[in-house]
Amino acid sequence: MKIPGSGLAKGLAVTMRTMTRRTVTAQYPDVQPALPPRSRGVIGLLEENCTVCMLCARECPDWCIYIDSHKETLPAADPNARARTRNVLDRFAIDFSLCMYCGICIEVCPFDALFWSPEFEYAETDIRELTHERDRLREWMWTVPAPPAHDGAAEEPKEIAMARKAADKLAAAAAAQEQEGGES
Amino acid sequence: MNLIDTLLRCVGTLAVFLVLPLVVGQTEHKVMAHMQGRLGPMYAGGFHGWAQLVADGVKFAQKEDVVPAGADRRIFQAAPAVALLPYLLVLLAIPVGPNGFVGQAIDAGIFFVLAVMGIGVLGSLMAGWASANKFSLLGALRSAAQLMSYELPMLLAAASVAMAAGTVSLPGIVDAFHWWWIPWQLIGAFVFFTAGLAELQRPPFDMPVADSEIIFGAYTEYTGLRFALFLLAEYAGIVVICALTSVLFLGGWHGPFSDGLGWLWTLLKTLALAFVVLWLRVTYPRLREDQLMRFAWTVLIPLALAQLALTGIIKVAIS
Repeated sequence: MKIPGSGLAKGLAVTMRTMTRRTVTAQYPDVQPALPPRSRGVIGLLEENCTVCMLCARECPDWCIYIDSHKETLPAADPNARARTRNVLDRFAIDFSLCMYCGICIEVCPFDALFWSPEFEYAETDIRELTHERDRLREWMWTVPAPPAHDGAAEEPKEIAMARKAADKLAAAAAAQEQEGGES
Repeated sequence: MNLIDTLLRCVGTLAVFLVLPLVVGQTEHKVMAHMQGRLGPMYAGGFHGWAQLVADGVKFAQKEDVVPAGADRRIFQAAPAVALLPYLLVLLAIPVGPNGFVGQAIDAGIFFVLAVMGIGVLGSLMAGWASANKFSLLGALRSAAQLMSYELPMLLAAASVAMAAGTVSLPGIVDAFHWWWIPWQLIGAFVFFTAGLAELQRPPFDMPVADSEIIFGAYTEYTGLRFALFLLAEYAGIVVICALTSVLFLGGWHGPFSDGLGWLWTLLKTLALAFVVLWLRVTYPRLREDQLMRFAWTVLIPLALAQLALTGIIKVAIS
């Protein structure tokens, strides 16, 4: 049996309960938001790692990455060897007015030259200013956070596992040699 | 001596009239925000937006005062005053504390108060008719219809209290109050408060200004200071209705230490009721126009008549 007016009382209870709880309003310019790990704010370029392979520019769905480069010939170190050529980056720019923050360029980069940074306050009054050139992209690298720690139960990263294996092997060999030396 | 006394009472009433509605308005900003999980105004004045309404007032004063070309100029300009002043007059007659702590004690207090409050609706009727705007006219007619329906239960509920006290003077009613009047007059209090809300056109009874249907009802064409006066009239109306309800049904200044702190009890009861007004606004959606009318005629009036009969029976039984 429903008491008449119980719905009205329930409505009053809802608003009263909401009033006693914390508000959800973000006081953004006064208080910076707490962003989750791996937030996608802006893309940073570690140009020392870039080999101008153009994979990022080709995979970009809206073609907002501009790369110019030229080849440089390195004089051969050995007179018998052939001279080597090397790609030198002239321009690397991302047009953030076109970018849709899919992160494909970062995923495809085989040399870890592109990174997500959580910085998001780079609005401009002129849309052309949103094309960030290489120096600006390099500056964003300083805001890239360290990768979040692995889960406690996760398996060791491949690099560390291999290094540990090698170190263990070396230590075992050294120990074996010492034992051999002691016996003779 | 007498002149100074009169002047002091008038200035005091005016100060209350100018301050309390702003307090209620600011409370509405904050209470409504927190009931919706928001913060409300935070910047104006520095501390939690306490000066938001002052800033709003400055903004309203700066705006252009537009009178539509087809409007009835003088009526259009006089309407905000007609809407606002009755509440000031009513406030003058509401007893705040014992021993003559009242703007002006009037022998037929209930009659005066209810009659003058009816004039306030005339303000929106004038505004709507003079605006030469169909939405304004619809809103004005709606508020007139609302007044017609809700004045009756309000009067009946007030009559019940007057019957119980055996007087129509407001200080006399509070003097005669006993705590067991609260359960005795509970239905009357509900009817009076609800009808008062409807008369103020507060949500959930705000069809005359239903913004999704008729823009802003009778006030659609108003700008600047005149619009602000209509808003002030609404909040002054909240103060007046809550003060009247606490005086008639909740015992006004009665409470512990009522000899010295009687005025504080009246104020506290009034503000608690004002909080309920805001609470109801946040909680309930607007009624439809026909639901509003049905509620008045089929629920409130029978309840008020039942209260009147109950009051009469108990009054005869105890005397």
